[in-house]
Amino acid sequence: MNPIHHTRSFRIAKLVSLLMLFLAIWALPPFALDGLVQIHDPSTIMQCDGKYYTYGTGSGSLVSDDGWTWRRGVYPRSGGGYGSGAAPDVIHIGDRYYLYVTAGGIRMIWSKTLDPNSPDYKWEDGGIVASKESPDDFMNPIDPGLLLDPDGKLWLTYGSYFGYIRVAQLDPKTGKRVDPNDKPVNIAINCEASDMIYHDGWYYLLATHGSCCRGADSGYNIRVGRSKKPTGPFIDHTGLDMLKGGGKLVVGSGGRFIGPGHFGLLDLGAGVQKFSMHYEADLDRGGASVLDIRPLLWKDGWPVAGENMKEGTYEIESVRTGTALELAVEGVPVGGRRTGRGGGAGIGVPSALAGGRAGQGTTGDPAQAAGAGGRGATIDPGRAGGTGGQNAQAAGAGAAGAGRGAGMFGGTGSPIPPQDVAEVSKNWSAGNIDIRMSNYMCQAQQKWAVTPVANAGGYFGSPYYRIAIAGTDRTLAVGEDGELVSLPAFTGGNEQLWRFDQLTDGTWRIMPKSASPGKESLALSAIGSSFAALAKFDPASNKQRWIFKTP
Amino acid sequence: MITLRNMCLSALVVLAGSIFLAMAAAQGNATNSLAPFLTRPASAARIPDANGFMQRWLILEPIPVNGQTEGLVRAAVKTEYFPDQFTVIPHDGDKVTVDGKELFWHAVDTNDYNLNLYYFARAFGKTSDNALFWAVTIVNCPQDMPGVRLAIGSNAASVWWVNGKEVTGIYGDRQTVIDDGVSKHLTLNKGPNVVRCAVVNGSGASDFCARFLDKDEKPLKGFILTIGGTKQP
Repeated sequence: MNPIHHTRSFRIAKLVSLLMLFLAIWALPPFALDGLVQIHDPSTIMQCDGKYYTYGTGSGSLVSDDGWTWRRGVYPRSGGGYGSGAAPDVIHIGDRYYLYVTAGGIRMIWSKTLDPNSPDYKWEDGGIVASKESPDDFMNPIDPGLLLDPDGKLWLTYGSYFGYIRVAQLDPKTGKRVDPNDKPVNIAINCEASDMIYHDGWYYLLATHGSCCRGADSGYNIRVGRSKKPTGPFIDHTGLDMLKGGGKLVVGSGGRFIGPGHFGLLDLGAGVQKFSMHYEADLDRGGASVLDIRPLLWKDGWPVAGENMKEGTYEIESVRTGTALELAVEGVPVGGRRTGRGGGAGIGVPSALAGGRAGQGTTGDPAQAAGAGGRGATIDPGRAGGTGGQNAQAAGAGAAGAGRGAGMFGGTGSPIPPQDVAEVSKNWSAGNIDIRMSNYMCQAQQKWAVTPVANAGGYFGSPYYRIAIAGTDRTLAVGEDGELVSLPAFTGGNEQLWRFDQLTDGTWRIMPKSASPGKESLALSAIGSSFAALAKFDPASNKQRWIFKTP
Repeated sequence: MITLRNMCLSALVVLAGSIFLAMAAAQGNATNSLAPFLTRPASAARIPDANGFMQRWLILEPIPVNGQTEGLVRAAVKTEYFPDQFTVIPHDGDKVTVDGKELFWHAVDTNDYNLNLYYFARAFGKTSDNALFWAVTIVNCPQDMPGVRLAIGSNAASVWWVNGKEVTGIYGDRQTVIDDGVSKHLTLNKGPNVVRCAVVNGSGASDFCARFLDKDEKPLKGFILTIGGTKQP
């Protein structure tokens, strides 16, 4: 090969590759939160006066108005200059925010607000609350985690790879140790970034295993053990004590994100839980350490990481009814209506009606149930008193008659392509169309494209999304009457933006943006079998729980 | 003892009975029992049952139709089979003529959550196969009841109106499921409100059920069901 030509080809190929890469990155929707999200060892996210705050190692500080888009914040410092340090954690008790940070041990500072613009923003030094018990104590007093349990007791876990993870009891009124002379209890080893949560009668100790601070070479992963007591023993699902290295995986590396660590619970109430963490390396952000928020699910008594909504096309199925969300239009069977039914006619096909219901011998009198070359469905009058007496299907297929292929069950003999939405939608109204639910039949009016909307804001872990019939502009929205409706096209209004929260059982809650701020939480709700509306979210009900299936 | 006189008497009785039944059928009287699922109303008014189901209806003997797909059902219910089809408030025994045949409205109560149209048709010598049933009831409210929903189920397809406005419909060959179809929010007015439905059946058994749900999706009560009247409010 001519070396000059080779060089040109190489340059062109490189240019194309770079262009493709740029386009790919440009086209990617924001995923692990938006804005400035670089942080390491984030503290539990706190809400204060309508804003969300988290603090990290090295004076990292992020603030957000909605939990989706983040910006740089102000790092807390007390009058004595305390605050800067490693891996802080924050807890809100009464009128105080207690911040614990590694600074010569675990030091506590507190403030009445996290808002630097508030006149009450002032951090007071609370002193060291935990440290080595002796100079040669086998432990590293860093990485505090806080839990206020249902009994009102405040617990501090802390420690790192060098030695033990320990738990000490604090006084929720002061944020300091209940009794400084009480010896903290060893509860885990070979981990760091511990945090304790309480769920359904169990204390769960979440800690980060693996290696830190090596970018995409970091093996961080979050694991868990549980105990009936805050002082342990914390046992994993295999029966291994975390003091012996046990721990069930909660979340590890996945997708384009490597090394999750530093769990922090976000309990949004009404049975919705999420958690914050950092990834050691976000490959789409050049391997930077970034904040992320994921749903927290509970399976068989163990916490596991859920997923934020991903762009795609879905069947949206009601947990309550098993029926699927669809446009209120007449569905067309995939492949078109059959013009024959076992050689006879399909029910309800106009062409089949001209000669009566040819091929279907249905009757209320079993004695007359002889099907003419098709199904001979009979009715047992004894079963006809209530519902379901119809179509007793007492008789099987009759003779195949003049049907295609191998008779009424033989199909067409060739693959049936997916329904062409451009074709079937020609019969749909051009205006607004109502929403209802029906049995899923793989039809175009039942397939919904879920697409993130740029610059429309978001919530914990995700941006707002558009929900539209796949292959069309027809968009799910909240109508002026407060009922669901599909609009002919997406125009970007809040009533057309949707929020998805994966619930602790793995199902999904769907909420319109327009109903989110300042109002009761309205969610997409199944009413009856064939209707969907918006109703107040009830965590005890399955009416507002939905399953997303790939069609 | 069988005697000629007895035989003649028996024959006369049978003949008379046949004539009576034929006349009864022609006048819309039941040729078969409404039991076990239906009865004639024994009082002027009735309240919904404990679960809110409306159990008193005026039903027209079935009109032959074909097809249960959404398009065919909608075409069927939009066809004007008799005058004032969408506004009439019928009385028990009222008669309409459809395609030259006389059909009668019948007041019936059901003691179940659903109203069995198979037995209704059978009682009047008709079939519920390939049939369109019109049904009407009057909901009398002591005050305005806003924010309620009509919740229905039917075997098979059905379309529903409240005070002349179509509020919900379910289509296809389906069985009755409680609250299968639910309307958007609507207001029941103080006084009489007309609930009208058209049930289109394909073959065999047919029935429907209907109730109103309140703002909390609980069964709505506190109203009285009557039948008959003079005009649609």
